[in-house]
Amino acid sequence: MSPFTPRWRHFKDRAATVSVTAGGAGVLVAILLIFFYLLYEVLPLFGNASIEKRSEVASPFASAPLYLAVEEQTEMGFAVFADARGSFFQLDSGRVVLEADLATDLGPVSAVAEESAGKRLLAVAHTSGAVSVHAHEYRLSYPGGERLITPRVERLYPELAIRIGEGPLQKLALGDNDDALLVVAQDAAGALHAQRYNRSENFLTGEVNFDLEILPLPTLAGETADFHIDENLHWLYHIDSKGGFAVINLRQRDGTGKLEVASRGELFSGGGQLSESAMLLGGISLLAASDRAELVQYFIVRDGEGGHRLQRVREFDTDGVSIATLLPEHRRKGFVALGRQGEVQIYHTTSHRRLLSESALPLGAGAAAISPRADALLLVDADGSLRSWHIDNEHPDVSWSALWSEVWYESYDEPAHVWQSSASDNDFEPKYSFAPLAFGTLKAAFYTMMIAAPLAICGAIYTAYFMAPALRRKVKPVIELMEALPTVILGFLAGLWLAPLIEDKLTAVVTLMLALPVGVILFAFLWSRLPLAIRARLPDGWHAAVLVPVVLFIGYASFASNDVLELWFFAGDMRGWITTELGISFDQRNALVVGIAMGMAVIPTIFSIAEDAIFSVPKHLSYGSLALGATPWQTLVGVVIPTASPGIFSGLMIGLGRAVGETMIVLMATGNTPIMDANIFEGMRTLSANIAVEVPEAEVDSTHYRVLFLAAFVLFMFTFMVNTVAELVRQRLRIKYGSL
Amino acid sequence: MNRMINEQELHSDRAPGVGKWLRGGDPLIWLNGAAVSVSVIAVVGLLLLLAVRGLSHFWPADVLAVSVSYQGQTRELLGEVVEQVEVPGAQLREAGFELQGPGPFYQRTLMKQGNRDFLGTDFTWLIDEQFGPRRYPLDVLVVERLEWGNFYGYLRAVSRFGEDPVTVAEHGEAATLEAMQALIVDTVAVREEIHEIEQGEIGAINYELERLRLRERGLELEGRLDAAAQADLASKRAEQEASFRALQEQLYTLYDSIKDHSYSAELADGRVVTLPIAKVVRAYQPNAMNVFAKMAMYVERLWEFLSEPPREANTEGGVFPAMFGTVLMVILMSIIVTPFGVVAAVYLREYASQGFVTRTIRVAVNNLAGVPSIVYGVFGLGFFVYFVGGELDQLFFPASLPRPTFGTPGLMWASLTLALLTLPVVIVATEEGLARIPSTVREGSLALGATRAETLWRVVLPMASPAMMTGLILAVARAAGEVAPLMLVGVVKLAPTLPLDGNYPYLHLDQKFMHLGFHIYDVGFQSPNVEAARPLVYATALLLVLIIALLNLAAVSLRNRLRERYKSLEH
Repeated sequence: MSPFTPRWRHFKDRAATVSVTAGGAGVLVAILLIFFYLLYEVLPLFGNASIEKRSEVASPFASAPLYLAVEEQTEMGFAVFADARGSFFQLDSGRVVLEADLATDLGPVSAVAEESAGKRLLAVAHTSGAVSVHAHEYRLSYPGGERLITPRVERLYPELAIRIGEGPLQKLALGDNDDALLVVAQDAAGALHAQRYNRSENFLTGEVNFDLEILPLPTLAGETADFHIDENLHWLYHIDSKGGFAVINLRQRDGTGKLEVASRGELFSGGGQLSESAMLLGGISLLAASDRAELVQYFIVRDGEGGHRLQRVREFDTDGVSIATLLPEHRRKGFVALGRQGEVQIYHTTSHRRLLSESALPLGAGAAAISPRADALLLVDADGSLRSWHIDNEHPDVSWSALWSEVWYESYDEPAHVWQSSASDNDFEPKYSFAPLAFGTLKAAFYTMMIAAPLAICGAIYTAYFMAPALRRKVKPVIELMEALPTVILGFLAGLWLAPLIEDKLTAVVTLMLALPVGVILFAFLWSRLPLAIRARLPDGWHAAVLVPVVLFIGYASFASNDVLELWFFAGDMRGWITTELGISFDQRNALVVGIAMGMAVIPTIFSIAEDAIFSVPKHLSYGSLALGATPWQTLVGVVIPTASPGIFSGLMIGLGRAVGETMIVLMATGNTPIMDANIFEGMRTLSANIAVEVPEAEVDSTHYRVLFLAAFVLFMFTFMVNTVAELVRQRLRIKYGSL
Repeated sequence: MNRMINEQELHSDRAPGVGKWLRGGDPLIWLNGAAVSVSVIAVVGLLLLLAVRGLSHFWPADVLAVSVSYQGQTRELLGEVVEQVEVPGAQLREAGFELQGPGPFYQRTLMKQGNRDFLGTDFTWLIDEQFGPRRYPLDVLVVERLEWGNFYGYLRAVSRFGEDPVTVAEHGEAATLEAMQALIVDTVAVREEIHEIEQGEIGAINYELERLRLRERGLELEGRLDAAAQADLASKRAEQEASFRALQEQLYTLYDSIKDHSYSAELADGRVVTLPIAKVVRAYQPNAMNVFAKMAMYVERLWEFLSEPPREANTEGGVFPAMFGTVLMVILMSIIVTPFGVVAAVYLREYASQGFVTRTIRVAVNNLAGVPSIVYGVFGLGFFVYFVGGELDQLFFPASLPRPTFGTPGLMWASLTLALLTLPVVIVATEEGLARIPSTVREGSLALGATRAETLWRVVLPMASPAMMTGLILAVARAAGEVAPLMLVGVVKLAPTLPLDGNYPYLHLDQKFMHLGFHIYDVGFQSPNVEAARPLVYATALLLVLIIALLNLAAVSLRNRLRERYKSLEH
């Protein structure tokens, strides 16, 4: 077919239409994709948890276990029975894989205690009063590409031959850290005993020795219902059956030689008896549930008088469900609560969320456990069935209120806004508060606008309205040139040149800011007193050119007089003066530096838009005003600026959008500490810099990663909105000019 | 407009009173003028600062010899004066210094004393009043080295391995220096040869071995790794390994041939040390050089900066890989963004029906230009790198898993991310260009019987090409200076190889690359020796500004030529 036949040409035309439409629409959709992709990454943060049944088989055991655990891969469970035997079994088939001996030689078991959530360490109390310590472990191997889990139980510290009191123990608690091994137990008569084995290492041989110390517990009122030890073996939390608590300081003795009670009180505000209590991951927070459906979190805080108190931090809305079992998660600050009627509820403490509330699952009485990744719930009933559920709960640790309002974090004395996304240890409570980051962002934007807005708008007014056209043609591109200057260069100059300069010559910088307007006005006044013959030589609209040497001179004079002025007013050290006299701390890389550097980046944006707006005010308006006898300044203030104000406003908005999103300058010119302080001499951490610093290290699809995407989404929405407002205002302005 | 005032004033022969002067708004006009002056001074001052600091780094500075006495102790120092400041005495006394002079201000000097291997630090702050007489001895030798920074001292002897040393005492100053320079020339030649073998030939062998490994793994995954294939692979591998061994042998000989050349020099404190020539980049006596010799040295060092890779943790040497990476990335980005931007603009302006939806899209696209670049970076990392890249790896590069090929930040993703970032700019500019073309031109073409596509291709697009170029210019200017998103999607502080080399497929889109902007951030803020790196950062910043200016100018001149060509059409 010839390329000129009508049919071929028609075909080409159609093909072009189709491909341009497809291509164009595709590109536009791709742009929209940014929005939806960010949303797609962010939404799972706010989703709830779900639970679904995984398996149900007949239990291979004759009775309900005293203790139950699930290993990491959720393939295998571990149960401990009263005959001092442990069984490893397949979760889905119920087949017993290995029978382990938990010191059967010491007799049957009366109580079992876990050291802490997540640590596979058990204390087993035998009816003889002896206590043995065991660890259950799982080794992974891949023979022939298939995963094989080899479980084993190891008995620890057999040489200590721990024995507490006479006869069977009702309940016990175990604490184990680098300093000591602590066992607290309640004997058959209901009395509490505490034994601490202090660890000492012979650093020559590496041999570890234990010294037994019997701790003198104070007499406590009430019938013991439960007790717990914290991770540092510092506190013993004692709860009586009426819901009263006593916190015993294990490191401090009172006048009578007994251990001191640091804090006493009632756990539940609505009365009621203790139904269940547990320590949250990390051993800092105490969770307690009453039989009247109250569920509370407590931890120790300093009371400001050198003492400590057990502080009620949060209460959770159980929806009237009376909690029977609390299962803390092993990796996060969340927990699963099982109700008496088979309810399953999942909570997270930091985010203060109830992620799941499922009622009337067929849970019977028996032992329950959750897996280390908190993705499986296992239940072994007394009535002979073994059931497991799959839990889907990826991101419990974030909630909208935890992101923006104050949260009382563990080990903090009061609720606070904190951003601290990661730490080295496992039981760290991640602190995702956007408040300090948003504050830092706005602080940086504020100081930027403080510097950029006056300079850019005044400059725009002068350039558009007063400046001689010949000069304007040269000045405008020079200022707009700044827009092409990479912000990384501005940031580097700010961090490495400006920040030390300002620190060194602070007096000069302050002097300059004060002297510049005063000096310019003084010069203008002197100029107006000059003989007309000299003044007439300056063509109209060249003020700015005349002022260049004046500004340079004022700048030079300010810096030259820095040392002398500093000596006069601030005893030679303005920094020190600010810190001691004003009580403000001073960072080298502070908001002032950011304001100046980012101001440089924002000035051309605002200048350019505002200048265009003022310049395009129809000339007949100002001529009319001048003809009616107004001075040029009056015309400007009364006619030109009101007409151009939407344009100036839109320039300011776009400048603000730029200041909010700028990354490199704040990254380089501030200390990047997430603090909430408006002090101009301190730094900040902005949303954008925070993303740049943390995203490369965040694990893909983790909560931290998604929270950073949320930060990006917030930035996206904020700037998009600000820009849309600016754009709409500008469009209206255009229509207005059109009608004039 | 100001003429009004002047005319008024002409009629009265004396100036108005202070109150009237203030009310007339004149001072405010001056203040507004001052805002312009300040802005202009800031821009020009900034560029001057960059130029002065960046360019002065390459000038071989004179070396000062001085004895510093403090509390009865005297030490000799040798080094370049970097900075001088005035400090109030109170501050110094607080820091624990004993001062003799009258005060209240004291001069302090920052001296680059080099010799990090002997003195511990390159830089030292001194109080000028402790200085003895300043001398600039002609025979001070400055040695730029591959390790430990600069060396300052007095040359004493040079010894070529296996030959008698040439000493200053015996053969004189000039002959010794000459011998040293000759030896440096020889070792530099050998070092280049070594570099060629290590980077070029051994690099190619390693690359080939890796490909063989991937092919083997690929065959294994497909289940076609039979004995024949294995034998084939093994023979190829053996071949590569044999040539590797030969090259290694050659390398050992080369290394051995230079490792024992040495020079001896006396430090300022009188110690005589012997150092290997193999680590010398260049040696010179700045105090004995005249202006022309210094200029020649200046050009040499400037060229080194532009053409060499960095050394000493990026604090010395050149920035060539960063420059190369920046330009390559910008070019790739332009290649991606132009067609897409133009197609979208043509669609919006020429094909889509104009209405509320189109207007909304236009506003949205316009606003995307104002979305912070870090947001694009996050999107690029999440969507391109982890999602698309991860899928690509599963589909096309299963052999190299779990090591990601495209599922990790790299050149392609960086270019794509920046293309997306600059897309709104190109769309907006092209659309404005299309809107400016009078509809009569289109109608004329259609009336002559051309189809819509022909009108677009032959008339509209050529006429809009200057606008497209404007869009591209703005895009390039923005992309070249953007660092924040690149930190997430592909830039590294040190890339071992360039993304464009002699190994198939020549352009390695999956590789990470170096970038001038990130280089500035990294060297200026993450470097262990910021003081030493600082001049280099200024030079890099200047270079980046120049590259952006150059890219801009090139595009502007191209646009102007296009404009000339289609000028006749526009009227």
